[in-house]
Amino acid sequence: MAYDYSKYLRAGKIPHIWCPGCGYGIIMKSMIRAIDGLGWDKNEVVMTSGIGCASRLPGYIDANTLHTTHGRSLAFATGVKVANPKLKVIAMGGDGDMTAIGGNHFIHACRRNIDITCFVFNNYIYGMTGGQYSPTTPKGSRATTAPYGNSDNQFDIAQLAMGAGATFVARTTTYHAVPMEKLMKQALEHKGFSVVEIIAGCPTGYGRKNKLASPAGMIEWQKDHSVAIAQWEKMSDEEKAGKFPIGVLHEVNKPEYVEAYDANVGLS
Amino acid sequence: MAKAEKIEIYANLCKGCEICVELCPVDALEMKDFKAAVKDLDKCIACMQCELRCPDFAIEVYKK
Repeated sequence: MAYDYSKYLRAGKIPHIWCPGCGYGIIMKSMIRAIDGLGWDKNEVVMTSGIGCASRLPGYIDANTLHTTHGRSLAFATGVKVANPKLKVIAMGGDGDMTAIGGNHFIHACRRNIDITCFVFNNYIYGMTGGQYSPTTPKGSRATTAPYGNSDNQFDIAQLAMGAGATFVARTTTYHAVPMEKLMKQALEHKGFSVVEIIAGCPTGYGRKNKLASPAGMIEWQKDHSVAIAQWEKMSDEEKAGKFPIGVLHEVNKPEYVEAYDANVGLS
Repeated sequence: MAKAEKIEIYANLCKGCEICVELCPVDALEMKDFKAAVKDLDKCIACMQCELRCPDFAIEVYKK
């Protein structure tokens, strides 16, 4: 029996707006299976998002969803969590939404270690607005605003989250659909701020400008350029060039923000 | 080896991205009129790679 996604989808909203071959549909499916696998009641799940292709995702899911202003996914998620800590809050956004427009919210949510799960969909480009380069566009890659190649250095979202104080940081790709589901489950269950960076293909905005126009080719690219973290740690710097580690990159336990706050003001 | 009883492809959902066709390890799928289609059901080993990576909920594999 094939997996039935329909119980988590809003009736009549599919097909979604994402382009043919967009990796975000793969992420949405893994996310649904992860939430279902944990047996969570969808009425207790809150999903928040900002603006962008990734931020369209909560619109398709039949849970409590908030589609907010650009980059403010985590700001709204923090408000929801503080107001009602029993809710399971998932904030999501794309690479630009989370690390450029919402970059400040992102680092401070990491710093606070509030119990929110943050999924960052990284497709290396601003897809919805027409393929402008984002903070994660690799150096040298082309974009509509970088016709000679991007001269900026690339943001490493996972390292940014670790440096800012997130207590669970993982990275995966759309090639790894089943491991992604497992990582998402771990992140959702983690007490504290958890970040999962998901590398996804944007064949329309990024692929066409960088000789990666085939959606399947982008998925194969992810397979070829990702290295499991256990293997990564054994590799030399030359071998690491151009590749990135995947898996659970960082996991520690620290006091959770809402609990610590309540204890501090004498509420618990 | 696992076998598939049926591969369901919903033409109204398929956007023709060809992910399933290109990633199928046994060449059981093909493109027909810009949509995915079953080429040879007997070849299918029910590995579910197509279903897992279809971004559009357009393909379902039923194991035997």
